[in-house]
Amino acid sequence: MTLQQSRRLQSLLLGTLAWAIAILIFFPIFWMVVTSFKTEIDAFATPPQFIFTPTLSNYLHINERSDYFSFAWNSVVISFSATALCLLIAVPAAYSMAFYETQRTKGTLLWMLSTKMLPPVGVLMPIYLLAKSFGLLDTRIALIVIYTLINLPIVVWMVYTYFKDIPKDILEAARLDGATLWQEMVRVLLPIAKGGLASTVLLSLILCWNEAFWSLNLTSSKAAPLTALIASYSSPEGLFWAKLSAVSTLACAPILIFGWISQKQLVRGLSFGAVK
Amino acid sequence: MNTSTTVKAHMDIPQPVRKSRLTNPGWFLVSPSVALLLLWMIVPLGMTIYFSMIRYNLLYPGENEFVGLENFSYFLSDSGFLPGATNTLLLVGSVLLISVVFGVLISALLEASEFLGRGIVRVMLISPFFIMPTVGALIWKNLIFHPVSGILAYIWKLFGAQPVDWLAHYPLLSIIIIVSWQWLPFAILILMTAMQSLDQEQKEAARLDGAGPIAIFWHLTLPHLARPIAVVVMIETIFLLSVFAEIFTTTNGGPGYASTNLAYLIYNQALVQFDVGMASAGGLIAVVIANIAAIVLVRMIGKNLTDKA
Repeated sequence: MTLQQSRRLQSLLLGTLAWAIAILIFFPIFWMVVTSFKTEIDAFATPPQFIFTPTLSNYLHINERSDYFSFAWNSVVISFSATALCLLIAVPAAYSMAFYETQRTKGTLLWMLSTKMLPPVGVLMPIYLLAKSFGLLDTRIALIVIYTLINLPIVVWMVYTYFKDIPKDILEAARLDGATLWQEMVRVLLPIAKGGLASTVLLSLILCWNEAFWSLNLTSSKAAPLTALIASYSSPEGLFWAKLSAVSTLACAPILIFGWISQKQLVRGLSFGAVK
Repeated sequence: MNTSTTVKAHMDIPQPVRKSRLTNPGWFLVSPSVALLLLWMIVPLGMTIYFSMIRYNLLYPGENEFVGLENFSYFLSDSGFLPGATNTLLLVGSVLLISVVFGVLISALLEASEFLGRGIVRVMLISPFFIMPTVGALIWKNLIFHPVSGILAYIWKLFGAQPVDWLAHYPLLSIIIIVSWQWLPFAILILMTAMQSLDQEQKEAARLDGAGPIAIFWHLTLPHLARPIAVVVMIETIFLLSVFAEIFTTTNGGPGYASTNLAYLIYNQALVQFDVGMASAGGLIAVVIANIAAIVLVRMIGKNLTDKA
């Protein structure tokens, strides 16, 4: 066997192994999508049906058991509002820390990171009671505010690492040309950092969309997002697995696609800039 | 750090312009973030501390006398505390171990060779990380673990074995499997990206010097991965200490306390039994545990993180 042949064999073996692992890990998602096209009877059949007549009825009657669209709309409103608010607060902070570094900058950044260490259960009661006394239980506003705050450290860090990569000379040049702070930010900085900001937005949307501690504890029906709708399927009131799968597939598809598109950039945000 | 000093030297030239404005817009721009996070930490935490020292049950309003540390001793001697603390440790420890060990191996496997569909394999491997926790948990519960129609029951029967009721008989193991399924992809995502930034020339040089693939992996790849692994450990620890939705939607902490972790125990005291005082005491204990973990981890990693950032 020549060297080339043995290399080819090796890569064939490793490739097969990688595919096997990938199929194993991806299987639950694949099976969820498959089940969403079954009837409830097929979904519960033993042995599991690999070949069946697909049906769209779960999707066509998605609103039958509960008002899917109102939950989805809550998810959309909450995620986008929290993301917008978070960016509004985080970008100026990241700007000043990236371009006007002081001795306190590193400490501040690390302190922000340390607020993520506060476990949500540690403040569950106060937040619940505060929300209750302000009449904010089961409102979108409560979740928007909380998501803004819990994602703020990550978003500041992520934008900070992107700004850090921009050479200061460019801003310096704009400043010498007489640009104001506002112009400097909008005309110079934002166009350069567009890509970075876009992936920050995606990360924040993903985190908000999938958050399931506060949404389960602070909402019941009116403001409940998709995470809560899906949790409601856990009650053993009947077998709705095909419907559950359809709702889940719809709820996860946009985020999954976001994640696929931006996997490389997300790494930076998720690792607080340590891995690029 | 070199760049910032050279830039500062540059900036010294247009003195008047620079001094007139922007000498440091820093505090003005940073303060909203800092103030909000400070509020977010101090107000609720202060309230938790206060609640933890009074008798406060939503079912019996009006009896809020000061009880000192009674809530803490009740919480610590609660029959759920010991299993809760043990389960938390087991859950965090085993998911960390699984995601780091398999994360390194799987990303090394992907880096090791070029094969058909590597891009698709990559996408498949990281996908579970983007699935909502409630969806992931319910899919596992109903479609995989279910003792009658689940896939595992089917496979067990295929080999003539009696299907296992996973969530009833191995509740903690089942939760560990579900949570690992969500977080192993995170480790793969981070480590795979980190591996791609490894200097290929260095690898090639080592190979020419006669180093085998295992030696290269051990002496070159692993040291390069120290930082990303530290990041994975830190971030996963933060999230794993507070695993909640997965338990909430599958076992409800049971049977008994078999799959209750501290987060779930406190939730149970707070919003099921409405014992605010005791839940707050438990919450503070969770905060202390998280902070011990945080101090250790930030010591290990934090310096690393800002040095290169």
